[in-house]
Order: sequence, then structure tokens, then C-alpha cells
Amino acid sequence: MSLPKLPLGEWIESLEDWLTGNLRPLFDTIKAIIGAMVGSLEFVLTAVPTLLLIVLITALAYWIGRWKIALFAFIGLLLIDNLGFWSQSMQSLALVLTASILSIVIGVPIGIACARNNAVRNTVTPILDFMQTMPAFVYLLPAVSFFSLGVVPGVIASIIFAIPPTIRLTNLGIRQVPEELVEAADAFGSTPGQKLFKLQLPIAMPSIMAGINQTIMLSLSMVVISSMIGAQGVGAYVYRAVTQAKTGIGFEAGIAIVIMAILLDRLTQNVFKKK
Amino acid sequence: MSILEVKQLTKVFGPDPKRALSLLNQGWSKEKILKEHKLTVGVNQTNFTIEQGEIFVIMGLSGSGKSTLVRLLNRLIEPTAGAVLFNGMDVLRMNPEQLRQFRRKNIGMVFQKFGLFPHRTVLQNAEYGLEIQGVDKKTRTELAMNALKLVGLNGWESSRPDQLSGGMQQRVGLARVLANDPDILLMDEAFSALDPLIRKDMQHELLQLQAKMKKTIVFITHDLDEALRIGDRIALMKDGAIVQIGTPEEILIQPANKYVERFVEDVDLSKVLTAAHVMRKPETITLERGPRVALQLMRDSGVSSLYVMDKGMKLLGVVTAEDAAQAIKELKPLEAVMQVDVPTILPGTLLNELFDMMSTTKLPVSVVDEQGILKGIVIKGAVLSALAGNAIPEAGEVV
Repeated sequence: MSLPKLPLGEWIESLEDWLTGNLRPLFDTIKAIIGAMVGSLEFVLTAVPTLLLIVLITALAYWIGRWKIALFAFIGLLLIDNLGFWSQSMQSLALVLTASILSIVIGVPIGIACARNNAVRNTVTPILDFMQTMPAFVYLLPAVSFFSLGVVPGVIASIIFAIPPTIRLTNLGIRQVPEELVEAADAFGSTPGQKLFKLQLPIAMPSIMAGINQTIMLSLSMVVISSMIGAQGVGAYVYRAVTQAKTGIGFEAGIAIVIMAILLDRLTQNVFKKK
Repeated sequence: MSILEVKQLTKVFGPDPKRALSLLNQGWSKEKILKEHKLTVGVNQTNFTIEQGEIFVIMGLSGSGKSTLVRLLNRLIEPTAGAVLFNGMDVLRMNPEQLRQFRRKNIGMVFQKFGLFPHRTVLQNAEYGLEIQGVDKKTRTELAMNALKLVGLNGWESSRPDQLSGGMQQRVGLARVLANDPDILLMDEAFSALDPLIRKDMQHELLQLQAKMKKTIVFITHDLDEALRIGDRIALMKDGAIVQIGTPEEILIQPANKYVERFVEDVDLSKVLTAAHVMRKPETITLERGPRVALQLMRDSGVSSLYVMDKGMKLLGVVTAEDAAQAIKELKPLEAVMQVDVPTILPGTLLNELFDMMSTTKLPVSVVDEQGILKGIVIKGAVLSALAGNAIPEAGEVV
């Protein structure tokens, strides 16, 4: 006995068509906002003279971390410039920062909602599992049909791939606040908002920051994939090197990504350790 | 005046807990309800009244429901049924805003593991209650500093809680509540996490603070010694129900049932009972009566000595039959023959502090209050009888 194949693929496609046809204004708005964010970040990062920006980032690294991180920042960034990937790296950085900022702005409140309400958490968790395990290429396609080619669908795909750790670790951090502290806050007559801002978020902060750190790392790992749908930047060079089997350029661009990754990781890790 | 009145207060854990209520009314046991309906009776129809200014101890072993019960009073745990009347107002019927105000102004809580906020300094912890009420920075700092001073923590206000010892952390917990100045303090095993010696210090300090502040304190403990030391009244809990409520003496001397009896059987009564519990009424005479009257009184009441007092009932000395006879012979007043170095103690003296004195004196020990007024005498037989656990005769007082 053989059952007919479920037309799952057709359903998905008709859903995609329906969304594209009916939610056009919404997608256009989102596209405009994200495009403007990436554009202005990119403008700022490339308008500043390269050497000045390198010195500024080095100073920031020294202020946040230790001299080792500062030294690494200085040498690493000079190397990127020397290899000729500076402006491409700043394009990628603008994409990563936009995706990360939006992930935090969207993810932390969702994480808080999950921590407060088991029903919300039980709904969100499987969606997050889906988002993290579904191969990223698959949701690139609808992203392109909603937002057309360019950096915006890249940001959207990065957010989908990178937001889960922020949500999960915000939820976890708040749930791990010791019961007695929550009871104490309640016993003194805190409103839910006071409890959240004066107790739960401060105590959950290391956990939330770990999630944000993961989110930034994951969105950086998306720059190559994003380049497949037309996002400019250093990822595009890696992609091109792969398709043209140019090992040398591939490595050069790859090293630029690694340097950015290490820097972003150390800086975000140390931001909350400092306190 | 009663400040808190608890009526039929019940907490059942589990889905649809109201089912258990009618079963409890039909007299089902906790075990049977758990077995047949998978519902846990945490607190079972408790009734008690807490008076303004008293230390009311709720005592029981772990699992007896005492921590649940105390959380029902401020609704950290939502009761299933019953009523908690605070000055006549039912806490269970308060809406969220009223409940918040009740918790802010009227009822504070101190926790077993202190419950201090680790990201805040000692001062910021002490300020928390006032901060969330929107009290301005200057006022709340002042009030919090006063509270810290009260618990002996001045100088530590900018430390973090994890820099302090356990005893000091709990002082912060206490200061945090006191800064709020609530009517009622709930203390959930507040000293149980502390070393025995520090625990004793804290008990002592709590009593000293209480003498100044006259708060109403609901104190939860599993430690009988602690309950006896600080409680004005004690409620003993077992299986979510209150087994007996009474003063420490009542619990010790008239245990309501076998359970209470077993609970208290190891208590060293000499550390609990005071001179006031065992003292008898002495035979007395006022000074201006002569030795002949004294001798006659002794004969009438069959004793060999009398306590001499002035008109204000102040103890002056003791006169024995021989002293009186000598005074008659030598035509002296009582004043000249009475013994004035009578051993005296205060009514609150514990029996175990009394043994030394009793072994070195022939005369019974006199119990006098701070003003020197004679309240009674303690004879050896009464002490032994009380320590043997016999019911104590009517504590005699000089009328």
C-alpha cells in the first residue's frame, strides 16, 4: 500500500506566494529599515580614515580588556588593511552588527517572555530548534523572494540563524535567579517590572551576555552564506574563491573573518566581565 | 489586641486543589488524600491569633508545613482556602495592588538563606524596600543607615553581601526589613543557617531589638531550644496541622499529646523554667510589728522563719524563731535581730543559674523584682519537683 506523497512543498510555496503578494508593504518597510541601518553603519565605518579607526578600536580593546587584546586588535586590523580587505570587512561588519543589534532587540524581550510564562517557552523552544537546525540555505530562498537580492535578506537570514542563543540564554538566566531572591523581591512588594529590572536582569546579565556573544559569533559565520544572495563584503570573496578554486584569496579573506571573529568575541566577553 | 487572625487556613498542592477541601472536612487523612487523589496537603485548616507585639513561634520538623504556612500569611504561596485577617482585613481578598501595599507597609520577611541581592551593596540591599516604594534617595539612605546601625553594621554599608559572614548577612536581611518599618516581621528559619554560637547571639540580639521596637514577629524554626528561648507563644506543627499552641511553659509542662511530649522530652527544663515558675508564697511580717507577733505568726503557720518587709513590700531581711525569742528576752525590736544578708534573685533567673546559690545557703532564696519588692521564695524541694517534670503548683506571689 502506498500513500500519495504529501504536497508539503507546494503548500510552502503557495504560502510564500501568498505572503509575497499580501504582505508586500510590511516587507518593504522592514527592508527599508534594515537597509538604512546597514547603510549608515557601513557609511560610518568606511568614512572614518582606516588608520584612525584602527587606533580607536585598539583603544576600545585596551579599555575593555587588557593590552593583549589591544595588541591583537592593532596587528590584526593592520593585516586586514594590508591584505586589501578593509572596506569589504567593514561592509561585513555592518551586516553583522545590524543582525546582532536586531537579534538583541528582538531576542531579549522574547527570552524574558519565555522566562515568565511556560506556555510561551513551550511554543518558542521548538521554533528555535527549527531555526537552528534547518539548513540556512533553505530559508535564504524565501528571504530573497520577500526582500529581493542584496544585504537585507542576508541580515534576515543571519537573525534567524543567530537569534536563538540570545533567547535561550536570556530565558535560562532569568529562570536561574535563585528562588529565595525572587521571593524576597516579591515579599517586599515589588511590581513585576521592578522585579525584572532590579533583580532578574542584573543577575541574569552574565548569562544574557553569553547569549549575545554567541549571537554575534553566529551572525558572523553567516557572512559567507549571505554573500550567495548578493550581500557585499569579505564573505563574497570567500564565496568567489570557493567557486573559482582560488585557495590563496580564499585564505586571505578567511583570515580577515577570523580576525574579526576573535576580536568581536573577546570584546563582547570582556564587556560584562569588566564590571 | 490581635493583629493577625488566621482562620481555617489551608494549602493543598496539586491540580484542582479545591477537591481536597471537602475530603478534609470529612476527616480524611493527609496520607489518604495523597494516595487516592494525588494531592498534597501542605497546611491543614490552621487557626490561630497573633497578638500585637508578641513573638509567635511556629515550630515543627522539616516537612511539617511551617515554611508553607508562613508564606500563606503574605501570599508568597497562594492559600487554597481560609482567611488571614490583618487588623480585620482579609489578606486573601486583596487585589494585586492592595497586596503589594500590604507587603510594602505592613509585613516584612527575613529568609533562611538571607535572600540578599548579590549585585547590590549592603546599603542598597537595606534600601530596597523603600526604593521600590519610590521614597527619595536621601530619605531612604537615612532610614537604611539607621536600620544598619540598629543591627550593628555601620561601616559595612558599601560592602557586597558575599564579603560578609553568615551572621552579618542575616543582619543585613534584618536591616532590610527594619528599614521598611513593617508591623509584622516574618522570620523563616532566619537563624537556622548560622553557626550555633552566632545563632545564640542573634537570638539574644533579636530579643533586645524586640524590647525596643515591640514589633509583631512570626518566627519559624525547627529548633525547640530556639523556640523556647525567644517565643512568647509557640505553635507546634505536625503534618501541616497545628498540634498545640501555648507559652513555652505550657508546651513543656502540659504537652497536648504524645507527639508534643516526645518532642519536648529531651529539653533541659532548668534552662527553661525560671524562679518565677517555682517560687512559693512566703510568710511575711512588716517591720513595725514586734517580735512577739512574729513568734505567734510562725507558730500559727508552722514555719521557722518570716520574711520582714517594709510597708512598701520591700524585702528587708529574715527573722527566725530563735532570733525572735532572743529579741523578746533582750527587749529588742525585730530590726536588731533580723538577718539582712538574704540571698536574692530576680524572677526571670533560670533554674540552672540558681543551683550554685542554693547549695551554699541554708535559707530559701528570695525572689525580688528590680524595685526590691518581695515576690516569693524558692525552696529546694520545689526546684527538684519542677525539674522532675511534675506540674508546678500555683506560683505564689505576695499579695
